[in-house]
Amino acid sequence: MNAIIIAAISGVIMMFSSVFINNKGAYRHIAAVLLLVLLGANIADTYGHHFFHIDVKGMLRFDRFGFLFNSIAIAATFIYVVLTGRSMEKIGKYTAEYFVLIFFVLCGICVLGCYNNLLMLFLGIEIMSIPLYILTGADKRNLKGNEAALKYFLMGSFSTGLMLMGITLIYGATGSFALNGIQLSKAMGGTSPAAGGPFLLESVGLILMLVSIGFKVSAAPFHFWTPDVYDGAPSVFTSFMATIVKAAGFIAFIKLFDARAGGSSVDVNAYTGVDWKMLFAFIIVATLLVGNITAVFQQSVKRMLAYSSIAQAGFMLFALFSLNDLAKEGLILYAAAYSLATIGIFAILVKMKDYTFEGYNGLGKTQPVLAAANTIFLLSLAGIPLTAGFFAKYYMLASVVKTGSYLWLVIVGVLFAAVSVYYYFRVIQAMYFKDGESETEEVSTGFKTGLVILAAIIVLFGVLPQSLLNWFYF
Amino acid sequence: MIPLLLIVVPFVAGIIAFFIKAGNAVKGWSLVAAIASLAVALAGVYSKGAVNYNATWLPTLGSSFSLTLDGMSKMLALLTAIAFPLVFAATWKNEYAKPNSFYGLMLLMQAGLTGVFLASDLLLFYFFWELALIPAYFLCSKWGGEKRIQVTFKFFIYTFIGSLLMLVGILYLYFHTAGSSFALQDIYNVKLAAGPQNFVFWLFFIAFAIKMPIFPFHTWQPDTYEQSPTAVTMILSGVMVKMGIFAVIRWLVPVFPEAVGKFDNLIIILSVIGMLYASLIAIRQDDVKRLVAYSSIAHIGLMCAAIFADQKVGLQGVMVQMFNHGVNVIGLWIVADAIEQQLGTRKFSELGGLAQKAPGLAILLVIMALANVALPLTNAFVGEFLMFNGLFRYNAWMAAIAGISIILAAVYTLNMVQRIFYGNTTPLTENARDADGNVKLVLAILTVVILVFGVYPEPILKLTNDTVEIVLAKLK
Repeated sequence: MNAIIIAAISGVIMMFSSVFINNKGAYRHIAAVLLLVLLGANIADTYGHHFFHIDVKGMLRFDRFGFLFNSIAIAATFIYVVLTGRSMEKIGKYTAEYFVLIFFVLCGICVLGCYNNLLMLFLGIEIMSIPLYILTGADKRNLKGNEAALKYFLMGSFSTGLMLMGITLIYGATGSFALNGIQLSKAMGGTSPAAGGPFLLESVGLILMLVSIGFKVSAAPFHFWTPDVYDGAPSVFTSFMATIVKAAGFIAFIKLFDARAGGSSVDVNAYTGVDWKMLFAFIIVATLLVGNITAVFQQSVKRMLAYSSIAQAGFMLFALFSLNDLAKEGLILYAAAYSLATIGIFAILVKMKDYTFEGYNGLGKTQPVLAAANTIFLLSLAGIPLTAGFFAKYYMLASVVKTGSYLWLVIVGVLFAAVSVYYYFRVIQAMYFKDGESETEEVSTGFKTGLVILAAIIVLFGVLPQSLLNWFYF
Repeated sequence: MIPLLLIVVPFVAGIIAFFIKAGNAVKGWSLVAAIASLAVALAGVYSKGAVNYNATWLPTLGSSFSLTLDGMSKMLALLTAIAFPLVFAATWKNEYAKPNSFYGLMLLMQAGLTGVFLASDLLLFYFFWELALIPAYFLCSKWGGEKRIQVTFKFFIYTFIGSLLMLVGILYLYFHTAGSSFALQDIYNVKLAAGPQNFVFWLFFIAFAIKMPIFPFHTWQPDTYEQSPTAVTMILSGVMVKMGIFAVIRWLVPVFPEAVGKFDNLIIILSVIGMLYASLIAIRQDDVKRLVAYSSIAHIGLMCAAIFADQKVGLQGVMVQMFNHGVNVIGLWIVADAIEQQLGTRKFSELGGLAQKAPGLAILLVIMALANVALPLTNAFVGEFLMFNGLFRYNAWMAAIAGISIILAAVYTLNMVQRIFYGNTTPLTENARDADGNVKLVLAILTVVILVFGVYPEPILKLTNDTVEIVLAKLK
């Protein structure tokens, strides 16, 4: 609860700071401090120090999983603001407002981390999405940005509509919005397709939810908005959307379906009448295929990252496929590993003068620190050992192998992981092995230090993933 | 403690090397570090029995940082530790752009390679397997020849696909151990049903076959050897390909004994095809590096065939030959590098009559070449004899067909010697000098090793006997 309320309050504070403070540079410092407060409050909450005592009527449930994810999201946002805050000032006049919107997004993310009721899920998704539509169009004189914002808004509202419909159907079937209550139709005798009635409604409702959240996390075949929006939005905000927001979508996703298949005693397949796993397997393979193959052909690093984010979503979907303990731990680790690495890559990208692969030629010579950090981030995304990305992928693959079947899906997954090496390493090749005078904006020592620390964190998680996951248990 | 030091010394030295900017200082530092690791390796070889090191790493995953230094590991750790100082000494005069990065990556590669040979935990093994690859990728792509970027990338993608398939296999095994563990003993105790065993066997074997390489997974190898800077090629062919053979003996044959019994015939046929194919191509080469690369495929094919012949002598031969092939092939590369550094070419058609100008180099090359042909008195003879013996016991026809490659090896190797060192001098070789002192010194050391182990191979056989016994016990 601490995080949700303080995130909203922080947003309001930022809003007023733009009235009273006229110094552009001050905003990001205020935001960074507020984020630290927010992080502290969330950690305090984890340890049982609740600042606010509000009866939520069971609509929110505060458990370790939610707290840990919220902490990661807040910490990642902090790193994001520290690394790219300065670049935000260049987009437009309303610097403080950008931070306001980011805090509101965070508020939505924190709701998603602990929702226990489908209405809260809906609220969380909406609180998270609406500020993002604005951020996408933040650069209002840029036509591409406007197009992206409109597209994102239309697609997003459409998928939200589907979600509402799904929730309605589930409510109709079960008479409850509660996350666990949705198994009610089983109690009402709807355990088999033959029973019809509530059973059918609930199945259709869940499939609508699947489609809707599939939109949010850009899983194929619901990914079409992703490349245009990510490419059209100002790079600094793409970084935020592609990482923390997407991870939050996955957390919402796994909470819903984990509750759905909750307590492995429920036979999901017989329950829904469709082969649930096959549905997921199809989405996973389609997502990996679209993301990886299209990323190979991109000429712009930014567009490549957009498609690579689809590909990475394909890997995170493994967790939803297997839905076991490894999947939950792994998704947390994946969210952290993927977000941190991508934030780092984008932080460097926004400093580049030229966003094509050629633009990176010779970066190893002109900016050795940036190139070295970028290499670690890329290796992490590719899943090379000693980086966090390896254990993230490891958990995902292991969770599926643990189910005992579907080895073919794992093999398809690793083959696509090998494809992903192709486009991630193209950046490394450009930086180190090709000649050129890569041009960057002026880079401060603080920025470099930040990158080095971020790279060190990624390597730390790559050697000792338990340093993060132990927060689960301690 | 010794196993840990074997990895930590080159690793730490490598990290430090990145920060030494002066060219000669970093060369000296690397040589000292490599010699220090050699001292540790020697201490390891002389310690009694298997030396183990254990530290907790990922207890919840059932993986620990455990290293073991048994017979085969000792032998390969020694090979690695010998190779690096010799390579550094032999290429002392080569100049590299950014020497600190070059030597830093070399030492990191040494740490990775040694780790592969020592790991007794499957996840740790996978870690080192990848860690040895990453520095190699950067070394070849940065300092290699003209086509280096594409060629090295092909090499990387190839081996990475293999590694990932192996990772799937590793996970499958892991969930079938008692209590989910990656420890060597627990993996050895896994009993898989025939169906999954056959399937997982191939997940592992493809990874190792790409690394060795075995026909038809070899296509990355000649290009990579040709395009890499020679110092790296020496390590790739002298040490890194042993990773594949080592892994087959440590992680494949004892874990999937039934699958080995089922597929041994197929794998031996592939290996023999590869031997003949590579030997025939080697005859047509005009480039020293490509010739040695193809000859290396032929040699590795024989080792792989000998492992799957499931015979004690064959396995002993592989042990001896792993070490000896490493020594011999590094020797050949050093000669090739000495010629290229001085004359700027590796093509036979532009060379000739070098023996008059560089008599010292000529004598040493002839010895290396004879070892490559496995003439009696050279070390390779012992290994090849044992391996053919094992293969013969398995299937006489296979051995006979594989034996053709010995004749072919003599053809291409002696042809190489003749075309480089004898005949008329060409405009290019008119003013050639003899090799530098450091090159001659390294080659002389290698010559001593070749002759000593050619006459008295007993130490290697004795050292690796425990590993051979374990593997055979698993197969029976």
